Amino acid sequence: MNQTLTQSIWLEAFRRMAKSKLTTVALIIVLIYAVVALLAYCGIIATDWSQEVGTSYEAPNIQHWFGTDIFGRSVLRKIIKGAQVAMNVGFVVSMIAILIGVVLGAIGGYFGGVVDEMIVWLCSTMASIPNIMLLISLTFILGKGILAVYIALGMTNWVELCRLIRGEVIKHKDREYVQAATAIGASHFSKLWWHILPNVLHIVIIQFSGIFQIAIKSEVILSYLGLGVQNSPSWGVMINDAKVDLMYGVWWEIAFATVAMFLIVLAFNILSDALRDALDPKLRGK
Amino acid sequence: MGIYNYIIRRLLYVIPILLGVCLLIFLMFNIVAGDPTAVLLGKHATAKQMAELRHVLGLDKHWFMQYVDIVKSAFSLNFGRSWASQQQIMPMIKAGTWVSLTLVVPSILITNILAISMALVAAFFRGRALDRGLVVLSIIMMSISGLAYILFSQWFFAYKLGWFEIAGYEHGFLACIPYIALPCFILVLLSVGSDLRFYRTVILDEMYQDYVRTARAKGLPEGLVLFKHVLKNVMIPIITNLITQLPSWLLGTLLVESFFGIPGLGGITINAINNADFPVIKAITILSAIFYVIFNVITDILYTVVDPRIKLS
Repeated sequence: MNQTLTQSIWLEAFRRMAKSKLTTVALIIVLIYAVVALLAYCGIIATDWSQEVGTSYEAPNIQHWFGTDIFGRSVLRKIIKGAQVAMNVGFVVSMIAILIGVVLGAIGGYFGGVVDEMIVWLCSTMASIPNIMLLISLTFILGKGILAVYIALGMTNWVELCRLIRGEVIKHKDREYVQAATAIGASHFSKLWWHILPNVLHIVIIQFSGIFQIAIKSEVILSYLGLGVQNSPSWGVMINDAKVDLMYGVWWEIAFATVAMFLIVLAFNILSDALRDALDPKLRGK
Repeated sequence: MGIYNYIIRRLLYVIPILLGVCLLIFLMFNIVAGDPTAVLLGKHATAKQMAELRHVLGLDKHWFMQYVDIVKSAFSLNFGRSWASQQQIMPMIKAGTWVSLTLVVPSILITNILAISMALVAAFFRGRALDRGLVVLSIIMMSISGLAYILFSQWFFAYKLGWFEIAGYEHGFLACIPYIALPCFILVLLSVGSDLRFYRTVILDEMYQDYVRTARAKGLPEGLVLFKHVLKNVMIPIITNLITQLPSWLLGTLLVESFFGIPGLGGITINAINNADFPVIKAITILSAIFYVIFNVITDILYTVVDPRIKLS
C-alpha cells in the first residue's frame, strides 16, 4: 500500500513536469550534458583537448566549429572537457551538501534539545558569513585544486537544506505514522530513515537542482580568482582567459564557454522551478 | 516593556553567533591553514627567522589564547595591522567601505526600483504572456555567468564604444560617477533577475489573502487593489530583503571591483587573498558577519514595529 502510494506521488510529479514542453527541454539538456560529461570522463571524447589542431586564434570555420584558442587548441574540445569538470563539480558538491544538510537537519529536528540547539547555532553561524567570503577563505586555505573546490562549495551550500529538512522533520516526527512505527518497536534510525526521510525527500530533490547550478556558477568565480580547477580546461578558466582575447577581437572562446554554461544553468533553473511546482504541495493549484 | 526585552534578547543572541564565527575563522586560519611564515618570508627563510616571526605574530601561543585573540579583536574591532602593507586594518576597511558604498547604494536602489515595478507589472498580468515573458527573462538573466556580464560590458561599452572609463576610481561625489556608472549598470543586471522573481512570488502569495478578495468583492479595480492594498503589505518582505542584502552586496561587488580597479572592500579582499594577508581576510570576514547579524536584528525589530501581529518570541 505504502509502496504504491509513494510511487504514484512521484509518477504524478513526473507527469506534471512532462506536461510542460519547457521542462522537457530542460530535462533533455541536462541529460545531454550528463552523457557528454560521462563520455569525456571515460576518455571516449575530448581526451586530446591539449593538442594543437590549427593555428592560433582561428575563427569558427568548417574544420573547427568553435574556433581555436591562443595555442591553436580546439575550443570545442575544451568546452566538452569543461562540461565534464562542471558536471563533476555540480554533482559532487550537491552530494556533499545534501549529505551534511540532511544528516544534521534530520538529527536536529528529530532529537531536539541541546543537539538541535548546537545545529541551529552552527547554521546561524555559517549563514552569517557571506558565502563568497567563506568560499574564498576555504579554497584559499585548502590550496588550489578540484578537491578544495568540492569541499569549499560543499561546505557553503548545505545550510538552507539543513534548515528546511529540520523544519519538516519537526513537523513529521509526532505524526501518527511515526507513532505507529514507535509502537511496533522501530528504532530511532529506522524511523528517521524508513519513515520520515521518504516524506521529506522532495525537498532534497528540489535543493539538489538548485545547488547543482550554484556550484557550476561558483566554480567560474573561483577559477577567475585562480583558486579553481587546475591543469584542466574549465568554463571559468576559458571565460577568464578571454580578458586578453577580447582585446584582439577574439570572441568565440568566451562566447561558447558562456553559452555552454548558460544552457546548463538555465536548464537547472527551469528544472528546479518545475520540481518545486510538481513536488511542493503548498503551491499546488496556484 | 515587551519590545525592549525582545531587543535585548535579540542582541544577546548576537554573542554566540560571533563566538561561532570566530571559532570558524580560528579553525580555518590558525589550524587548517598551516604556517603562514613560510609564505611571508619567501623561499630563503631560515628556521630562526620563521620562529621569530611566529612569535611576533602571536602564532606560538597556546591554541586557546590564539582563539581568545580573535574573539578580542572581534569585540574590540581592533584587528591590528595588515601583514602585507603594515597599515592599520580598520582605517583601511573604513576607506574601502565608503568607496564600495558609492557603488552599492545606487545599484541597490536602481535594482530594487526596477525589480519591484516589474514584479507589480508581472503580478498584474499574472499568467498572461507579459508575466511569463518577464519570468523567462529573469531566469535567463540569472543563468548568465556574472563574469561574462562584466567582461562583455567592459569590452563593449568601455573599450569598443568608449562611453565609460575602462577602469579606475576617483574620490569625490561627482568625480566618481564616470567610474562607477558602468560597474553599477553591471551590478543591476546581475541582481535584477533574482529580485524580480522573488518580489513576484511575494506579491502573488499576497494576492491569495482574504483581504484582497474582500477588496475585489467590494468592487475595487484590480490596479487599485494591487497598488493600494497589496503593495503596502508586501513592503515588509521587500524591506527585509533590502536590509539583509546590504552586507552581502558589499562583497557581491568583489568581482566587479576587481575588474574595474575600484579600491573598495572587494579590491581589498582580492589583494589580501593574493598576498596571504590573513589578518585582513579575518577582519573582513568577522566584520561582514557582525553586519549581517546586526542587520538581521534590526529587521526583526522593524518587523515587530511595522506589524503588531508578529509575536515577540
